[in-house]
Amino acid sequence: MDLITPGLGLVFWTVITFLFLLFILTKFAWKPILGAVNEREDSIKNALLEADKARQEMEDLKSDNQKILKEARAERDAMLKEAHDIKEKIISEAKEQAKEQANKLVEQAKATIENEKLNAITDLKNQVAALSIDIAEKVVKEQLSNREKQDKLVESMLNEVNLN
Amino acid sequence: MQINTLRIFLLALLCSVSFDAFASNEEDSSGEKFDPKAMIMHHVKDAHGFHLWDWNGHPVSISLPIILWTDNGLTTFMSSEFHHDFEGKHIVEKDGQKFVNYHEKIYQLKEGETTIAFDEEHHPINATQPLNFSITKNVFMMWVSVVVLLLIFVSTSRRYKKSENYVPKGIAKFTEPLIVFVRDEIAKPMIGEKKYKRFMPFLLTVFFFIWINNIFGLIPIINGANVSGNIAFTLTLAVFTFLITLFSGNKNYWKHIFWMPGVAVPMKIFLMPIEIVGMFVKPISLMIRLFANITAGHIIILSLMSLIFIFESIAVAPVSVGFSLFISIIEIVVTAIQAYIFTVLSALYFGMATEEDHH
Repeated sequence: MDLITPGLGLVFWTVITFLFLLFILTKFAWKPILGAVNEREDSIKNALLEADKARQEMEDLKSDNQKILKEARAERDAMLKEAHDIKEKIISEAKEQAKEQANKLVEQAKATIENEKLNAITDLKNQVAALSIDIAEKVVKEQLSNREKQDKLVESMLNEVNLN
Repeated sequence: MQINTLRIFLLALLCSVSFDAFASNEEDSSGEKFDPKAMIMHHVKDAHGFHLWDWNGHPVSISLPIILWTDNGLTTFMSSEFHHDFEGKHIVEKDGQKFVNYHEKIYQLKEGETTIAFDEEHHPINATQPLNFSITKNVFMMWVSVVVLLLIFVSTSRRYKKSENYVPKGIAKFTEPLIVFVRDEIAKPMIGEKKYKRFMPFLLTVFFFIWINNIFGLIPIINGANVSGNIAFTLTLAVFTFLITLFSGNKNYWKHIFWMPGVAVPMKIFLMPIEIVGMFVKPISLMIRLFANITAGHIIILSLMSLIFIFESIAVAPVSVGFSLFISIIEIVVTAIQAYIFTVLSALYFGMATEEDHH
């Protein structure tokens, strides 16, 4: 029976000791420890969330990069195509122009040649005329030196005129 | 710095009790017949003095202060003044008052009496029992356990540094999982995420206080001070749980006790006394469970050891030692389990008291 009768002294000291222990441990152990554990758990949670966010951002950035790259590629292709077209155009234009120029030159040359030819012909005609006059003069001078020959010439000339 | 203060406190505690080794003992007990029941009861119960071992027939013990509240006020003296007598034979006289120690109970003899006498029911007929606030073996061990707990947990709390992201180091690596266990496996599931924080200090303190006293009870050299197997100790802790439950009980809790919702009126009337009894039975079960489990463990080990002396044969010793080793190992598990159960049930009662109405 003695075993299950609580002794007053021990109850008294247990109350005091327990309250003391509760107070001191709460103040100097449980609060700082639980605070530290909570703080750490929060910081780990935040860090994980932030890592997730960063990964998401990275993903976004990566897809952005992909998009930019794609756009850049398309732009490059377009530019190349444009350049190619311009080149073609320039070449064809140049060809056209060259052709025109050449034609013009040829035309001009032809005209010049024609002119020169006409000039030459005129010149030749004049010279032939002069020469003919000269010849005619000399022939006439000689022919007209005797009567006979004068008659002959007149005759032949007249014949000639008739032939014409 | 905190640690140093604690060390000084521990030293002061040790110095406050005088060490009287080789104190003389008048009677030689070798001729007496061995009484296992007396021996076991003597070991399981509290004592005014710390008997360590016998040396050449003389007991070696730490004497502890005896503090009595008599009709004349406070009386104090060291337990060594009884000269290891607990048969009520040695009389200590203080301020004209005579005290005897009879089976670790201090009696004050009435005027003119020289020896204590008992009637058939074992009540003293010529002595009274003064109020006894002595620093007994259990109180002393309880204080030692407090010092150890403070050393462990205050130094744990100093291991956390903000600059190191509160990463546990040193002793905190060992203690943090225990604290987190109490939080995550006891407080949170029993009380709930929202309200558990309020009860954490109490639950942690109770858990570690019971556990460490259970463990100290198993150490033979300090004579198995049976603190957590003493009904006064378990009673006090159970009363704390009871009071906290009462004071944190919300409207819903009281409604469930006095006017159970959701049942017919006759049933409500029928349930009310049951619920009221249940209110008291819960802490009483806490008290008895811890006391009985720890005391039973002590009794089993002591009984096994007693077998050697009952059979008076050394051949029994290996069996006794083997069995008590086996029981001791189980007891090591029991120390933690009982601390856990006490804490879990306390938390459960707090959870019931603070549960919100969800009908």
